[in-house]
Amino acid sequence: MFFSNYSTDGYFDEMFERDGVVRPQAQMVLETINALGGEQLMRHKNASERLLLQLGITFNVYGDQQGAERIFPFDLIPRIVSAKEWSYIERGLKQRIHALNCFIDDIYHDRKILKSGTIPEEVVTSAVSYREQCQGLNPPFGVWAHITGTDLVRDRDGQYYVLEDNLRVPSGVSYVMENREVLKRIFPRVFEGLTVRGTSEYPSRLLEVLESLSPNATQARVVVLTPGIYNSAYFEHSFLARQMGVQLVEGRDLVVDDGYVYMRTTKGLQRVDVVYRRVDDDFLDPEAFRPDSLLGVPGLMAAYRAGRVTLVNAPGNGIADDKVIYAYVPDMIRYYEGEDPILPNVPTYLCWRDKDRKYVLENLEKLVVKAANESGGYGMLVGPHSTAAEREDFAGRISANPRNYIAQPTLALSRAPTIVEDRVEGRHVDLRPFVLCGKEIYVLPGGLTRVAMRKGSLVVNSSQGGGSKDTWVLAHDPGSKEEER
Amino acid sequence: MPSVQPLLSRVADAVYWMGRYIERAENVARFLDVNHNLLIDLPQDYTGQWQPIIDASGDSALFRERYGEATLRNALQFLAFDPEYPNSVFSCIRSAREDARSVREVISSEMWTQVNDMYLFITEESRRPKHGSLPAFCRAVRMACHLFGGIKDVTMSHNEAWHFNRVGTLLERAEKTSRILDVKYFMLLPSVADVGTPYDDVQWSAVLKSVSAFEMYRKLYGRIAPERIVQFLLLDGDFPRAIRYCIGRADRSLHAITGTPGGTFSCASEQRLGQLRGELDFARVEPILTGGLHEFCDALQTKMNTIDDCVSADFFALRHSRLGAGIGANA
Repeated sequence: MFFSNYSTDGYFDEMFERDGVVRPQAQMVLETINALGGEQLMRHKNASERLLLQLGITFNVYGDQQGAERIFPFDLIPRIVSAKEWSYIERGLKQRIHALNCFIDDIYHDRKILKSGTIPEEVVTSAVSYREQCQGLNPPFGVWAHITGTDLVRDRDGQYYVLEDNLRVPSGVSYVMENREVLKRIFPRVFEGLTVRGTSEYPSRLLEVLESLSPNATQARVVVLTPGIYNSAYFEHSFLARQMGVQLVEGRDLVVDDGYVYMRTTKGLQRVDVVYRRVDDDFLDPEAFRPDSLLGVPGLMAAYRAGRVTLVNAPGNGIADDKVIYAYVPDMIRYYEGEDPILPNVPTYLCWRDKDRKYVLENLEKLVVKAANESGGYGMLVGPHSTAAEREDFAGRISANPRNYIAQPTLALSRAPTIVEDRVEGRHVDLRPFVLCGKEIYVLPGGLTRVAMRKGSLVVNSSQGGGSKDTWVLAHDPGSKEEER
Repeated sequence: MPSVQPLLSRVADAVYWMGRYIERAENVARFLDVNHNLLIDLPQDYTGQWQPIIDASGDSALFRERYGEATLRNALQFLAFDPEYPNSVFSCIRSAREDARSVREVISSEMWTQVNDMYLFITEESRRPKHGSLPAFCRAVRMACHLFGGIKDVTMSHNEAWHFNRVGTLLERAEKTSRILDVKYFMLLPSVADVGTPYDDVQWSAVLKSVSAFEMYRKLYGRIAPERIVQFLLLDGDFPRAIRYCIGRADRSLHAITGTPGGTFSCASEQRLGQLRGELDFARVEPILTGGLHEFCDALQTKMNTIDDCVSADFFALRHSRLGAGIGANA
């Protein structure tokens, strides 16, 4: 049997309660894989990789001189989330996203939360991602983070924690849908037997949200703004534009004239109402942000400020993505929602606090240190896997700029069985669900399960050799009474 | 009621060039193949036969500088695989794929998969230490290009973007046919000594084969005669690689784009293209030959270049207007 030698090695495992005992929700998948046999599974694996390459579902690796494109490694064994777990995650995310939007809106208006002393003012104003230009702006419905891709992890006891909020331009949702397409072809029977919730409605939901944000009473022309084909997430930009049936534009396709935003077409200029921008704040508009940006659209921010176009996600929302501010999200939830957080944060040490810094510097080999404003696995030290020289380097950086660093205990991330060469081994995973926020909040049932493909590695980012799995959210758990309906 | 989405200028530009690049790749592969085939038919001591095809590429100076002698090996490396030479089969397919990638939401998935397949194929071929059979390679490229054309025609709506692709394809094809005609005629006919020798028929047949016109020509005219060949390749209205056919169909597509009735014009590209179409529609081959085929082809190429410039200015160059001067030129 394919799984007979599989060991959980004492980690929380997404598929097995303990060695040899499968979780009830994963029973059917286990049986299907065992019935297929290793050889057949390997054939499917090769076929799926060939398919991804053929379809050009690839990402670009920055810093690679050859401009190499790689497929995002995809593991065929799905990660299964029970209906019960999912309902917990969904409630937690809705609560969190609501509070985060309240916070951002508050920061760019009255700053009640700062005045109340819940969060120190200098933490906010010193954040690199704070945008003075956004002060006093009123995006539709008071929503600043329309599309988020929250990173969740589980520790040794299986508890879910929020690791990062990813409010700016989160990517990965296209892989959620593509992975599902591949698995549907390989395991059609399992989908018939289990009630796996679909993910394909995401583009329609996204389009609905985007159209609802149009400032124009007569039309809602939506476009997706991409930095271009050399961006690592270009495939996704193009995928979403195709799925929604809207235009994919680059900065050079847009122009601001008389205060309105237009795209240049063969028949002249056409007005644009909503821009789903997959470009960072800094590169949106050289007149408002980085003057050296060639990607941006001069005048775009002025049109946005004047309420003549909606930018999604709203510029300036990255303030809540700062990793120091992240540490205060539980306080925000209590402040704005009057409730305790449903999903906990990972305990976080803030290096600008003398006591925390002292502890961090004394315990670097146990901790994960992160720069406050980096993402993608860059600017990060994983203490237990680091060398003395790396720790020394980080100690220096922390002392020089304590505001810019946080540290967290190294979690024993949960693992999931993953195909490695011709066998199955446990690999660490996280989970990125996607949340849409317009008038209402919608959580896509599923999400991107990222896998650290290297043995023992805790870094799941695609830029660092991570892969992905399809995430199956069950509509009913086996044995639960809903199933009898 | 369905609403027609406006076509971005950048996208129109990219689909137009995608058409040109695929057509160019196909033509280069065909030239290589036919020339190789021709050499087999010629006496062993016949040399220098790779130079004309380099000349037909229009880039012989660059070739001389980079490779020197026109051997099979050098010609193949240059025309098929050289990643630095922008008109090699490899470069054309790479460029077509980049264009396709930037307009995936406009073309069909099937078109994208095909051009991506072509790219994976040519990348693999170019990395081989020793290249396989030339005819097999050329055939694979040609068939892949034809497949792309077929997929395009049956999976993509014949909308504005499709017509831009068609205009690019047809102008490129007309350009290549005129070039091969020009170079070969220049090579073959002035050497009076060659007329009537066995080479003559073989070489003229090769000209026809290099534009896949041999069989269709035979059906129409039978005997191999240089002036009839010129007439066929320049002025035939039904053969899809004949220049008049290409110009006529490009003109139709342009009118489909603008919505202007045929026989009238609303922009410089329509005016120039219509003019050339009329000229070819009412031309006779004899005066062309009397006036000099080379001069005629030269003038034809200049006209087609002007049309290309006009198409750019009329439809793609909005980005260079006063509003966008200098924005993201290389972004």
